[in-house]
Amino acid sequence: MNLRRLLAMAFKETLQVWRDPRSLAVALLMPLMQMAILGYGVSLDIKHVPLCVYDQENSQASRAIVDRFVSSGWFSVGHVISRESGIRYAMDRGECIAAIVIPVNFSRTLAASGSAPVQAIFDATDVNTTNIALGYAQGVVAQANAAVAAQWNSAHAAQPSLVGQTEIEPSVWFNETLDSRYFIVPGVVAVILALVGAQLTSLTISREWERGTMEQLISTPITALEVMLGKLIPYFVIGMADATFCLAVAIFWFSVPFRGSVGTLFVTTALFNVVVLGIGYLISVRIRSQLGASQVALLVTMLPTTLLSGYTFPIDQMPAPIRALTFFVYPRYYVTILRAIFLKGSGLADLWAPLLGLSLYAAAIIWLAARAFRKRL
Amino acid sequence: MNAEGDMPAVLAEGLTKRFGDFTAVDHLDLGIEKGQVVGFIGPNGAGKSTTIRMLCGLLLPTAGRALVSGFDVGREPEAVREHIGYMSQKFSLYGDLTVRENLRFFGGIYRVRREDFAERMHFAISMAGLEGREDVLVRTLAGGWKQRLALGCAILHRPPVLFLDEPTSGVEPEARRQFWDLIHDLAADRVAILVSTHYMDEAEYCNRVALIDRGKLVAIGTPGELRGHRLSGELYELHCAPLGAALKVLADVPGVIEAAIFGDKLHVVLADGERNAPDLPRLLGAHGVQADPPRRIMPSLEDVFVQLVAHGAEQRVTP
Repeated sequence: MNLRRLLAMAFKETLQVWRDPRSLAVALLMPLMQMAILGYGVSLDIKHVPLCVYDQENSQASRAIVDRFVSSGWFSVGHVISRESGIRYAMDRGECIAAIVIPVNFSRTLAASGSAPVQAIFDATDVNTTNIALGYAQGVVAQANAAVAAQWNSAHAAQPSLVGQTEIEPSVWFNETLDSRYFIVPGVVAVILALVGAQLTSLTISREWERGTMEQLISTPITALEVMLGKLIPYFVIGMADATFCLAVAIFWFSVPFRGSVGTLFVTTALFNVVVLGIGYLISVRIRSQLGASQVALLVTMLPTTLLSGYTFPIDQMPAPIRALTFFVYPRYYVTILRAIFLKGSGLADLWAPLLGLSLYAAAIIWLAARAFRKRL
Repeated sequence: MNAEGDMPAVLAEGLTKRFGDFTAVDHLDLGIEKGQVVGFIGPNGAGKSTTIRMLCGLLLPTAGRALVSGFDVGREPEAVREHIGYMSQKFSLYGDLTVRENLRFFGGIYRVRREDFAERMHFAISMAGLEGREDVLVRTLAGGWKQRLALGCAILHRPPVLFLDEPTSGVEPEARRQFWDLIHDLAADRVAILVSTHYMDEAEYCNRVALIDRGKLVAIGTPGELRGHRLSGELYELHCAPLGAALKVLADVPGVIEAAIFGDKLHVVLADGERNAPDLPRLLGAHGVQADPPRRIMPSLEDVFVQLVAHGAEQRVTP
């Protein structure tokens, strides 16, 4: 290994990236666009579910129930209707996905027995959204129940202690507001780094083959290791710059709470970058056309990072065989690490398990990459 | 390092390369002395590039061996690469880098000593005639400048052996001539040079010429030797029309060893030319071919090559 040759290679590669509009776009524009699209576009929260109200009684008590739905923030009343068939009509037109029906004798029943039924109807075409909306509705109703029960108890002078009520008081840690963006944005950073890094390095060897410069290069005394390191160094710098940008956007623009240390973030991100760049390089050695290499790189980074990394789809809820498969998916370790650093403030010692996974991966990829390139035609 | 001063710079013995059933290079023997320019001549697909790539350590020989600067190309390719300069057939500098950046890159890769670097770079730039254009992107240069710059990059580290694979293809005649001047300057500095080309006229610039066809070395010698001794008969130039009909007629004429079209005329090799030549116009006339009296000419390397390749083919066809 010779430093002079290594630096000559790294310098040349830097100049080439700088002068290649396509590589520059991937390096600089892709992180910006993806951060905007994925950061804003992907959200698992549902706010302002369009609600249709069929209030048959229209009393003070029934209006109080509707107000509870609206003031929760999860629902907004789109339609107030006066016929049962109006619900079907509004749902068919997509104007609401939830409806509540308050019966005509609501306040009377409530006053007499302390409880009264309210019907809630959901459009379950989108099961995911419906489940979440249903959860919100139950929350609203539970609050209403508590208020009503308290009123009824005092009115009837009942002894609450005799009823022996048990209440669950939820305490949510690490993401106190249950904002799914806090959960997703760190994952987005992992997705972007994987895509950008592998795209850039997938072009580096195939470019030399395609332009006919490889034959000249391998006729020189440069070693395979010098070629690999010389080519990866500039992309490592770019990858770290992109990471800094994306993480800064996550913290300062999307206001994801950052509780960990910058050092931990730097070490783990560097490790992830090594894996990603190594994979792109490996593909580039194997596939001698730039187009082919970048397609394969897209495939092997896009699919596992978006589907199997746990960035949107929780790994715990996957079927066992798929869950086992995720152990071979390198972004899963980084997504886990990033979330832990951001939301829990974990240090390197806390993260030993995913760090070990990522380190083994990095070692394997670099070992393969170093052996893949042969100085023969 | 190679200490034997008298050893040839390049020595190939029985060098063979097979790709599956296809034999690209077939038991080739070749020696090149220091300061010698050897021209490698043959049609496309004859095995010129494959041979050069084996000598550079880029392809592993199937059989035989070759020593370059005393190092075995199969076993010590890295040592070989330290001692050679190579220009591949396809232009292979970085088009998106400037003249200076390309030189700096190859200077770094070849580890040109820092105290020599400025001088070598200046030498390469002036050799290529690119003074004042050091910061121009290489892809914008015309063919001749590109080729000379590629040569400059290949000799930055003063290699004792130089392999040039069709360096002048696609370059205009004036630039080709300049390029050959550079090659002779290098040979004067004791560099051993193997140049492949398909321009027959360029063979005349070489100290020795190796003719290769279908992977086999057909002949090797100085241009004079090849011209003088190889032709089995006397060469005549014949102006006639139509050429195709004339060829057909000549094939059946006794005493005609060989006839081939050269531009707008025929080159005919005759046994006992003194006697046979004057009869040709009459024989051709009988078949409706107009012909001037044949004129005896000195054979060119191309004539030699045509005959050697034709005979070689016959030998291979006959069991």
